[in-house]
Amino acid sequence: MAELTYRDAVARGIAQEMTRDPDVVFLGEDVAKAGGVFKATVGLYEQFGPLRVRDTPISEQAILGAAMGAAMTGLKPIAEIMFSDFIAVCFDYIANEFPKSRYMSNGQTKCPLVVRTGNGAGSRFGAQHSQSVENWCMMIPGLKVVAPSSPVDVIGLLAAAVRDPDPVIFFEHKSLYATKGEVPDGEIVDRLGTAKILRPGKDATIIALALMVPRALEAADILHREHGIDAEVVDVRSLVPLDTQTILNSVGRTHRLFTVEENPRLCGWGAEIVSIVADEAFYDLDGPPVRITTPHIPLPANDFLEDMVLPTVNRIVETVKRSLGS
Amino acid sequence: MAVAKKTQAASPAAARSASADKVKPADFSKEQELQAYRDMLLIRRFEEKAGQMYGMGLIGGFCHLYIGQEAVVTGMQMTLKKGDQVITGYRDHGHMLACGMDAKGVMAELTGRRGGYSKGKGGSMHMFSVEKGFFGGHGIVGAQVSLGTGLAFTNKYRKTDNVCLTYFGDGAANQGQVYESFNMAELWKLPVVYIIENNRYAMGTAVHRSSAQQDFSRRGISFNIPGEQVDGMDVRAVKAAGEKAVQWCRDGNGPYILEMMTYRYRGHSMSDPAKYRTREEVEKIRGEQDPIEQVRQRLLKNKWVSEDELKKIDAKVRDVVNEAAEFATHDPEPDPSELWTDILR
Repeated sequence: MAELTYRDAVARGIAQEMTRDPDVVFLGEDVAKAGGVFKATVGLYEQFGPLRVRDTPISEQAILGAAMGAAMTGLKPIAEIMFSDFIAVCFDYIANEFPKSRYMSNGQTKCPLVVRTGNGAGSRFGAQHSQSVENWCMMIPGLKVVAPSSPVDVIGLLAAAVRDPDPVIFFEHKSLYATKGEVPDGEIVDRLGTAKILRPGKDATIIALALMVPRALEAADILHREHGIDAEVVDVRSLVPLDTQTILNSVGRTHRLFTVEENPRLCGWGAEIVSIVADEAFYDLDGPPVRITTPHIPLPANDFLEDMVLPTVNRIVETVKRSLGS
Repeated sequence: MAVAKKTQAASPAAARSASADKVKPADFSKEQELQAYRDMLLIRRFEEKAGQMYGMGLIGGFCHLYIGQEAVVTGMQMTLKKGDQVITGYRDHGHMLACGMDAKGVMAELTGRRGGYSKGKGGSMHMFSVEKGFFGGHGIVGAQVSLGTGLAFTNKYRKTDNVCLTYFGDGAANQGQVYESFNMAELWKLPVVYIIENNRYAMGTAVHRSSAQQDFSRRGISFNIPGEQVDGMDVRAVKAAGEKAVQWCRDGNGPYILEMMTYRYRGHSMSDPAKYRTREEVEKIRGEQDPIEQVRQRLLKNKWVSEDELKKIDAKVRDVVNEAAEFATHDPEPDPSELWTDILR
């Protein structure tokens, strides 16, 4: 057991898989010699060499296209798209190529690749380098979508993603890179499509993802300590496949549902979860499901303004408290 | 600033020097001529039949015919060996047949039937045969160029001497990812032959109205990728240029560009009446440069075959196509359960 940052967990996860399987190659902009713009891939170039750890031109379409071609012929590429906002630059590969290859080829060409990308706000990068875009990928049939919130989950879910036969979009949160957590020694492999109950509770279910997970946990502590509300916090971890059973079971116990999303409000992933719960567990609910989101606006660069719009611990506390009428 | 290996000035004359010297096409042997004749005729007759079946309502959706361009895939395929890959865009039936894919499976995919290569879920633009080295069949214009670059990446990574043929048209040559891929392929010396099939129209817009640089063989100059223009109506010229390009790649020199000067007789798709060009233009090229007629005339002139023997070949090809059409007409529709297969594991 050792304490590791989320950032170092990325490098450890990639190294674990590259050591295990010589078909794993890693490519992206500044990922090799520079160790990544977020320093999340330091040491990999030195450990695995220039054939397997490759700096690419600033060419997102060529990166993802080459990764897919390599995957179709048996390699297991991990491609980095530096900022998740740039997914828009190469969206053809995410939306039209990766997720349709198995389907349109009668299962002949598979696409076992992972796209790692830095997602989310908090770094004052402004409207084009701060977005949470996991919902852009969640809506496409044929993709898997993962977003870990802790170092141990980074390693375990990354390993699961690399070993998965389908294309996985792996969202790392930029504001979590410096956070730390306990990580066991040895190989770590998790399962995609499993949510985790991080804090059991009986009064309300709070569903969160990535950076919103530590905020939900802190909010739950305050709710319990100061307001006597015992909230259950569920880390979704994987939007596709989605662990609906864990979510529905939790709502069945607590009878109240809150989602905490960094997505702008329209078509955020929480809307889908609310819809599923309304469909399948309506009569378990004692009150309307509540979505806590970023408003439907572009993100500002100014620190004061950015902090105003992302869901905060305080906003979660106040929303839950008010909704529960205490 | 890094100094390029082959320094070029901006002038067209200097730029031209980056193009490799053209290879004079060697004459084909009798066997080669016959093979080319059969292979091209199969594509021609298959496409004609597909056009008819589309008109009869048996084929729906898109259907982009390859008629007129047969020499390109036929000549290039003669340069390949086991383990090489082929990838192309949506005008793909000819490439599939050239790769040796079964005409029945291709036609049944056009009619959307169970026995189609993609069980009817792919359609005209999306078929694959990994066994035959054919990696699609891609509907998004230009997307296959970076995918083909990735196929070549695997060849390099695994240290094979296999080559990927990446086909695209003069229209796709104006898409951005093409140039991202050119840069990456030359930087990493990937074994990929980029084959630009210049059929003179980007959908319905003539090359001179859609492209600032109409000599597509020069599109790789700023990346130091050699390129040449090839008479894409002469299967011997295609094969000769293809052999040189493929060898260049097998030897580890990186990518190569071949611009195939060709012509599509039919519209862009079945819904295109091709009003952007004259009937005379089509008839002139068809009358003077038809790739199949060229081979036919040489076979007769050399007295390698008689008219009767050619008729027998024609009949055999027609049988294959008719059998494919018959199969594709009567094969059952896909089972609805296939809606849910091959999406995610």
